[in-house]
Amino acid sequence: MTGAVDLATIWAFIIAFAVFVYVVMDGFDLGLGILFPLFPAKADRDVITNTVAPVWDGNETWLVLGGGGLMAAFPLAYAVLLPALYTPMIAMLIGLIFRGVAFEFRWRTRSQSNRWDIAFCGGSWLAAVAQGVALGAILQGVHVEGRQYAGGWWDWLTPFSLLTGASLVVGYALLGATWLILKTEGELREKAYHISWYLLFGMLAAIAAVSLATPLLTIHYAQRWFTWPNVVLTAPVPLAVAVVTVALLKSLADKQDRQPFVLSLLLFLLSYAGLGISMYPYIVPQSITIWQAAAPENSQLFMLVGVAVLIPLILGYTGWAYWVFRGKVKPDSGYH
Amino acid sequence: MLGLDAVVLARAQFAFTMTFHIVFPAFSIGLASYLAVLEALWLWTGRDVFINLFNYWLKIFAVAFGMGVVSGIVMSYQFGTNWSVFADRTGPVIGPMMAYEVLTAFFLEAGFLGVMLFGLRRVGPRLHFLATLMVAIGTLISAFWILSANSWMQTPSGFAVNADGQFVAADWFKVIFNPSFPYRLVHMVLAAYLTTALVVGAVGAFHLLRDQHLAGPRVMFSMAMWMATLAAPIQILAGDQHGLNTLEHQPVKIMAMEGHFQSHKDGAPLYLFGLPDEAAGKVKYAIDIPKLGSLILKHSPDAPMDGLDTVPRENWPPVPITFWAFRIMVGLGFLMFGLGLLSLWERSRGRLYQSRPLHRFALLMGPAGFLAVIAGWVTTETGRQPFTVYGLLRTADSVSPLAVPAVGSSLLAFVIVYFAVYAAGILYLLRLMAQPPHPGEEGPSTESPVRSAGITPAAGIPTEVGAS
Ligand code: HDD
Ligand code: HEM
Ligand code: HEM
Repeated sequence: MTGAVDLATIWAFIIAFAVFVYVVMDGFDLGLGILFPLFPAKADRDVITNTVAPVWDGNETWLVLGGGGLMAAFPLAYAVLLPALYTPMIAMLIGLIFRGVAFEFRWRTRSQSNRWDIAFCGGSWLAAVAQGVALGAILQGVHVEGRQYAGGWWDWLTPFSLLTGASLVVGYALLGATWLILKTEGELREKAYHISWYLLFGMLAAIAAVSLATPLLTIHYAQRWFTWPNVVLTAPVPLAVAVVTVALLKSLADKQDRQPFVLSLLLFLLSYAGLGISMYPYIVPQSITIWQAAAPENSQLFMLVGVAVLIPLILGYTGWAYWVFRGKVKPDSGYH
Repeated sequence: MLGLDAVVLARAQFAFTMTFHIVFPAFSIGLASYLAVLEALWLWTGRDVFINLFNYWLKIFAVAFGMGVVSGIVMSYQFGTNWSVFADRTGPVIGPMMAYEVLTAFFLEAGFLGVMLFGLRRVGPRLHFLATLMVAIGTLISAFWILSANSWMQTPSGFAVNADGQFVAADWFKVIFNPSFPYRLVHMVLAAYLTTALVVGAVGAFHLLRDQHLAGPRVMFSMAMWMATLAAPIQILAGDQHGLNTLEHQPVKIMAMEGHFQSHKDGAPLYLFGLPDEAAGKVKYAIDIPKLGSLILKHSPDAPMDGLDTVPRENWPPVPITFWAFRIMVGLGFLMFGLGLLSLWERSRGRLYQSRPLHRFALLMGPAGFLAVIAGWVTTETGRQPFTVYGLLRTADSVSPLAVPAVGSSLLAFVIVYFAVYAAGILYLLRLMAQPPHPGEEGPSTESPVRSAGITPAAGIPTEVGAS
């Protein structure tokens, strides 16, 4: 079954890739919603939503690929994790509904106090918290018996999952703020610089807290990170985080345009790599490995053909769409 | 909780969210194609009326599409949250089809949607038309894969079962092109086109009733009536063929649709109306036409037909729902056919834009497509019960191991959220439709100062101010 082993690993990377693309792309969308209360002026909010209106749907599609891909490539993991994460998942979906419809609805309402701005903001918060909580709940492990989830519907709620929930909100907000630096100008951009400072320190605190708490969850994570020879592989991650942080601080101080966003993405990538190191090769930590959860070889192979051909194509035309809408968004450029 | 178990609640939740979802695909599949046609006509003829109509419907499309997307994402996660055993068992077969849907359809739609909605000035008319076309094709590809997945659940083929009890594909071609898939694809795409034509026609009729001389409403009304005239009879034929296919592969569903509790040795009747009574095992107050059922389904008035009395009771689908949903769909189908005929008659007399009865009828039929689509899916899905994979996996065995309060509260949350969000959305859609399209109509891309004069191919497309 070596063939299957390789396929399962490839698929683990594909799903991880889809989820990562989702996290950073929809991350900055959600971050904008999270930051909405700091930008009360209608003109600012119009610009902010217009920076992502042409691309948000594409960003969210990576979530559908992550979920659909999981069901297709690791049906057992999908079947165990989603019932375990029932409440956060439903909350996330509801948050995404409010956030998604607000893009169009906020132009259509006639009410003065735009209630769809509240929906946009609330939906983004809800979705971000729910995703962070779900992440924490996966890391801390779920109760499995046979091929089914066997825990209760509140098992996900622990201090650790709340910590990861809060952390993701801060992280998304940082992505959103640095995205605004990239896409806007004038006072709005100045404000985004200012906010980014605070958020960066918040993000560092969050990374530190989660990194300290994770090894305490189970001995498995601690061994993964701190035993010899693993240390040789794991030590570079925190070092890289330090380097990126310094660069990010400098780019904010120098009022760079693009670097803050790119470096924030790097910070996410490093945290994500850290997660991967903790989890691999489990897909449901401590109970189900990627090989146990893998769909039969012919299903994984059938999809791999499509992925190999289509993902480059998708990246191509998605890149083109971003290119079409490149540059600063001005208050009067009026996507609407 | 009220004696409801998790299975019933999960079914209610699936049915509720699905019913809300399908309304939007039915409209956006048709509307995307209609927009592509309008833009092509504009590029070809250069007539302003087409770009005005395009921009008018584009704003409506943007709102409807957004609602389709968010309700769809709920669906794709529900297989895991509420139907986890189903997901584990059928994931290796259905999962790849849905993954292909994401890769080939959803990304295509989403990737080009931004350019379609906001990019005309940035990319110019030709590339913009390409974007519109890609969105339209994306919606059709999406229908292809999801209907293939659903059809496989109705008429599974090309599979084996492995040691873990999972369905695995033995032959992907047979899985994808399973016996009922071609019928379902044709029927659903026609349904989407009809639904859209009826909405466009109703909006046209609404404005013609106020003013018969408006150019935009005239064009859209005429286009919509052609569509209804052509598609309605084809849909009836396709539906008939679909029924024959169902008789071959899911005979029990046909028994429920027809209300055939008893077997008929020498020709089964066609019940026009009646109240199916499952306990009594007969259709009460029936109005029937003897032997017509056999004539339609077997093409011979005396052909024998088995009834539900040959099927174990625990394998019956809910007969009254299936029976009535089917009649609603077919009844609406014939009304659409009638509308098409009437429009043809008025057109031939040169009174298409003057006939008030026709306009009133068309206005009334505006929502008929949605009702028929919902009724059709209720027929299909309840008629498949008590199985999720027909004959192989029971619905009761498909459900997640969840506590009743979990499913109950999520159902309640969805009901509240959907009614709030969709009520607002439908209000905004109706408001947009209540305005007649006017010369110099702007797409969703310009709220800023009117620049209508520039939007013709001859004048070229002014570049966006501030585009770098
Ligand atoms: C016959 C057509 C059809 C049917 C039966 C379904 N859908 Fe759908 N769906 C579409 C046709 C469609 C579409 C035309 O592609 C949509 C509708 C409006 C839209 O925005 O795209 C869409 C959107 C849509 C999206 C959002 C895509 C995006 O991000 O752009 C998801 C995740 C799903 N659907 C998932 C489902 C699932 C899991 C279904 C079944 C249980 C389902 N759909 C039934
Ligand atoms: C697009 C229109 C669809 C509609 C309107 C629809 C409607 C329904 C309804 C009303 C039920 C509940 C039946 C009952 O409990 O009596 C149901 C069940 C179900 N449908 Fe569909 N459905 C649609 C498409 C699909 C598709 C495309 C799939 C899968 C690919 C699917 C999978 C299921 C499953 C797994 C159930 C199980 C729950 C149950 O049987 O109650 N449906 N659907
Ligand atoms: C008037 C004649 C019609 C006939 C004889 C007919 C026949 C059928 C049959 C037999 C089914 C169930 C197939 C199965 O589950 O195996 C079905 C389903 C369906 N019908 Fe119709 N139909 C008609 C009109 C319409 C119209 C006018 C619409 C919509 C505009 C429509 C939309 C649907 C949909 C969406 C489904 C569910 C998807 C599917 O199974 O194809 N039908 N129809």
